[in-house]
Amino acid sequence: MNEFTNWDIFQALILAARWTVVLSLIAFLGGASVGLLLTFLQISSRTALVRIARFYVELFQGTPLLMQLFLVFFGLSLLGIDVSPWTAAALALTLFSSAFLSEIWRGCIESLPKGQWEASRCLGLSYFEIMRHIILPQALKVAVAPTVGFSVQIVKGTALASIIGFVELTKAGTMLNNATFEPFKVFGMVALIYFLLCYPLSVASRHLERKLNVTG
Amino acid sequence: MSLVNIDNVHKYYGDNHVLKGVDLKIKAGEVISIIGRSGSGKSTLLRCINGLESYDKGGITVDQMEVTSDEEQIRKLSKSVGMVFQSFNLFPHLTVSQNITLAPKLVRKVSAEEADTLALQVLEKVGLKDKASSYPQELSGGQQQRVAIARSLAMQPKVLLCDEITSALDPELVGDVLNVLEELAAEGMTLVLVTHEMNFARDVGDRVIFMHQGKIWESGDAKEVFAAPKTPELQKFIDAVL
Repeated sequence: MNEFTNWDIFQALILAARWTVVLSLIAFLGGASVGLLLTFLQISSRTALVRIARFYVELFQGTPLLMQLFLVFFGLSLLGIDVSPWTAAALALTLFSSAFLSEIWRGCIESLPKGQWEASRCLGLSYFEIMRHIILPQALKVAVAPTVGFSVQIVKGTALASIIGFVELTKAGTMLNNATFEPFKVFGMVALIYFLLCYPLSVASRHLERKLNVTG
Repeated sequence: MSLVNIDNVHKYYGDNHVLKGVDLKIKAGEVISIIGRSGSGKSTLLRCINGLESYDKGGITVDQMEVTSDEEQIRKLSKSVGMVFQSFNLFPHLTVSQNITLAPKLVRKVSAEEADTLALQVLEKVGLKDKASSYPQELSGGQQQRVAIARSLAMQPKVLLCDEITSALDPELVGDVLNVLEELAAEGMTLVLVTHEMNFARDVGDRVIFMHQGKIWESGDAKEVFAAPKTPELQKFIDAVL
């Protein structure tokens, strides 16, 4: 049987962590794009659009990410669509994060005083001008910190993709544990790498929150 | 022809009948104070004049334009009707100057240079020329409210609606804002004020409208209305606030 040094294990985990990072980035970018669209639907004045967006958000906020992964991975296969673990993980995480991001952003927009809209309307600004010049610049400032904070949830959420056979950090840890029978060491390292990925994001989130709150 | 024509306007909030047939004609250059208890419909009436609130029956025209809640119509109306709020509603992420120039540039298509000149003109009028590059939160409440007035004036409206604009101010700051209004009145600006400043209403206002239960209960020359109220409701109100 092969002997693994600590360094071998760590190196293998770091290599696998690449895929955790890539999957997180895809989930974040995909989630942000869909989430932005959902945000505008949620704040629109058309009841039908608001309902559709609300249903989507409630659905993905109200079910476990693991079930969403299973449904995408196994469900689409049942329908005859062949999905790789990669596609399934990226898709499920996009659906999941878009729901949460849109909810965060809707909250940021609606937290602005109603008077901002009223004053803008009285000055004759159109909906898009109000969005572009008044609402979004202010909402963006409020949104940065919670958005970066949520990215930590996405990074940790990618761990679930290991269950459908996607080889990222957690899956690599499981495999190495099966080979070394040293769960404490292996999963200790896995946890450490997750922490190294997430901690800077948490710090950044808190830093941004302080920084952006100083000037109006 | 009156500048503002309010004809038998009714408004409901659900089952709540808040305006019960209001008729009011306002001539150019008039200073009108609307007084009354909270819930009497005075703010709602004011907000109907520029389309911020819709109404359910009757009609309103300003400067011969029909007032509706349609976005295009509100945009057109914004060139004739300005509004100042109790809570200032300045844009906190923009400087004083940017607060003022935004709408003239976007809505009236004024060039950036013209808009800057305009901003200095209106700021001078409210005595805050030196604050052009400040942010709203660096100013006192009274200064913020004067900037809000300046921002409305930059659209060169024919009538300025003021919704309890001194109610959120510390007492010692109220005077500065009222002085600005007095100057505007002297220059011939049409003002419609929902106000609790009874002395101002009496001394500067031309006409006083007393609203009660969604109706114009009593109205007339400012000094006469305060000196000799005709209805017991107004008498009671005046006794309570003066």
